[in-house]
Amino acid sequence: MKAYIRSTAAITAQKTFGDVPFLTELTEYNGTRLTAIEPDYKEYVDPKMARRMSRMVKMGITAALQCLQDGQIEMPDAIITGTALGCQEDTIAFLTRIIELDEEMLPPTAFIQSTHNTVTAQIALSLKCHGYNNTFVHKGVSFESSLLDAMMLLNEGDANQVLVGGTEEMTDTAFKVLTRLGLYKRWPLSNADLYKTRSNGTIGGEGSIFFLLNHQPSPDNLAELIATKTFYKPKTTADVELNIREFLTVNAINIEEIDLVITGKNGDTKNDEVYENVIPNFFANNSMAKYKHLCGEYPVSTSFALWLAANIVKRGEVPALVADGEIKISSPKKILIYNHYQNSYHSLMLVSAC
Amino acid sequence: MSSPVYVAGVGVITAIGNNVAEHLAAFQNYEAGMGDITLFNTRHKGILPVAEVKLDNETLAAMAGISPKLSRTKMLGLIAAREALNDAAIPDLSQLRTGFVSANTVGGMDKSEDFFVDFLADNNKGKLRNVFDHECGSITEIVADELGITDYLTTISTACSSSANAIFYGARLIRNDILDVVIAGGCDALAKFTLNGFNTLMILDKEYCRPFDDTREGLNLGEGAGYVVMVSDKVAKTLNKPLYCTLSGYNNSNDAYHQTASSPDGTGSYMAMQGALNKAGLQTTDISYINLHGTGTPNNDSAEGTAIKRLFEPNYPPMSSTKSFTGHTLGASGGVEAVFSVLSVKHGLIYPNLRFKTQMQELPFKPETEYLKYQPLKNVLSNSFGFGGNCTSLIFSAV
Repeated sequence: MKAYIRSTAAITAQKTFGDVPFLTELTEYNGTRLTAIEPDYKEYVDPKMARRMSRMVKMGITAALQCLQDGQIEMPDAIITGTALGCQEDTIAFLTRIIELDEEMLPPTAFIQSTHNTVTAQIALSLKCHGYNNTFVHKGVSFESSLLDAMMLLNEGDANQVLVGGTEEMTDTAFKVLTRLGLYKRWPLSNADLYKTRSNGTIGGEGSIFFLLNHQPSPDNLAELIATKTFYKPKTTADVELNIREFLTVNAINIEEIDLVITGKNGDTKNDEVYENVIPNFFANNSMAKYKHLCGEYPVSTSFALWLAANIVKRGEVPALVADGEIKISSPKKILIYNHYQNSYHSLMLVSAC
Repeated sequence: MSSPVYVAGVGVITAIGNNVAEHLAAFQNYEAGMGDITLFNTRHKGILPVAEVKLDNETLAAMAGISPKLSRTKMLGLIAAREALNDAAIPDLSQLRTGFVSANTVGGMDKSEDFFVDFLADNNKGKLRNVFDHECGSITEIVADELGITDYLTTISTACSSSANAIFYGARLIRNDILDVVIAGGCDALAKFTLNGFNTLMILDKEYCRPFDDTREGLNLGEGAGYVVMVSDKVAKTLNKPLYCTLSGYNNSNDAYHQTASSPDGTGSYMAMQGALNKAGLQTTDISYINLHGTGTPNNDSAEGTAIKRLFEPNYPPMSSTKSFTGHTLGASGGVEAVFSVLSVKHGLIYPNLRFKTQMQELPFKPETEYLKYQPLKNVLSNSFGFGGNCTSLIFSAV
């Protein structure tokens, strides 16, 4: 099951949105939280509407509309979004009011916008798109489930142009709770130094990244998404390797043919061990890249990895910022993305130049 | 691609029963599940009726075989999903590619609410174990872990159409030869969050709801879980018991009209029903019964009714809203009502629409009010529509 990536638009903690150079300079953050660089929403969302919308909804609509514009498609046949935590800002606002106002005289807006499908629905509303509309909310594979849905729709012939994305917002409340749960490092650091010391915890992130997928060959396509696969709670390193090997075999690709492997290293010792156990055996001769120092760790961060891979094969260059060791092939044609989320949800994506 | 997907097992828990058999008895006895709020403290106690599953967390947790400290949503999900899987009795399940696709709308909000009271007073307070269940995916995960399903799991959340979309997605995983067996549906427990949310929208009826009645004033919230086990043609041939039916048609369309209200002509509902008929290769005259979304709000029933009028005129099949028994179970409703629709096709049942008295002025039809058995039902249409314009219709067909 393959699909072409016709276009992509990304609102992230780096300068990725609009006509900008390809990750030539690092946007640096000091602390343990990366915040998306928000564009001017005026061109995308009616300012009157925008005032009532959370950042998540505004970022979602804006990245989606820009992606369509870049793909020169006015109306997609389907819109699918992945988000593990959904519209937190409105969820927290409504929870707070229930408690503070003791369940009386509550304004409805926050509740209305708190549902997990708000972003996907608001994109449909903004476009007046009556097509297929779905939202996946499954932890670290929310985006991967959305991609699989998109690829199945194309395969079934029930859609020709599918808009698919991953969106997540980090709120103060979520950041505080996730810090208490031990997800992040205990002291502030620069994201440039994320991988420099071995320690527990990572840095939090957020973003909104959309892709337009179709089955139409075109010189304007960015890349081909050959396949995606997820696997759950592998017991051993051998189990991980077996899953990766099967994925490559099914797609008739040898490990040597992969010009670049993008992993989900996030600076947390336990997290990165999973990759370090696999890399020396399995990817001994492959060039490696990493990305979470750029966008932070968040459940749909693989949308950043896919954005990165699509841009690398289209532009024929690997930004120095993402190199994890020596880059042996400067213009990669085939890229494997391997990410895991808390060692429960593992995912693979195979991206090729068109 | 058009290979059939069979329903081999069902499981359900709502205010009218803890399993399939209790539901069938409640329908036959016209016993609704609404009553006063007993499970949590709220200002709305004694004022707003709800349809609670009639077991406290201790009892429910014991029944599910998990800790009573976990979210109630997990208990409901596990009980119904396990019933469905046991019902299907698939030999050598471990040799098959099996997935769990579940839906819910607010994850473990019942626990998050507890956490948030303390957290709001002091950000360093609040028991962290009460936020473990916050994510929608956490609910799905524990059910899959308890059932031993590891090949594929995911969660869908599209408001009140969530679990219809989960079933639909699960069927496609089979049709695309990614999985052999999928347990799909959804679960949601009552929570202060949703009760207050729907209350701010002024669509909760202080009386027991009256779907498709001209005097209807809103919905009653309910809770529960409903799952179907779907299998491929290949697996179907290995089963030692009769299949229930096929899932022959499905469609997901968006109303694209308003975040919470349905368009007056029911655009999304119309497209979902029409799309499901097209997918199944059926005409409107082939539909033997419609299990309505039928929430009982003035807006939904008017939009859904108008869409049915536009699509089915002049031949209207029998139809009813089982939400008059179970209340609106939100993210579970598509799964719960899929189970009812499957049982309807299998056993020739049409469920009564309770408390119906006055036909809606704008509609030339009225819902069925009698419990009917031994009906020759070939195809049953189940509607699930939600906030965000998410409209999904499923069609279950006799084998």
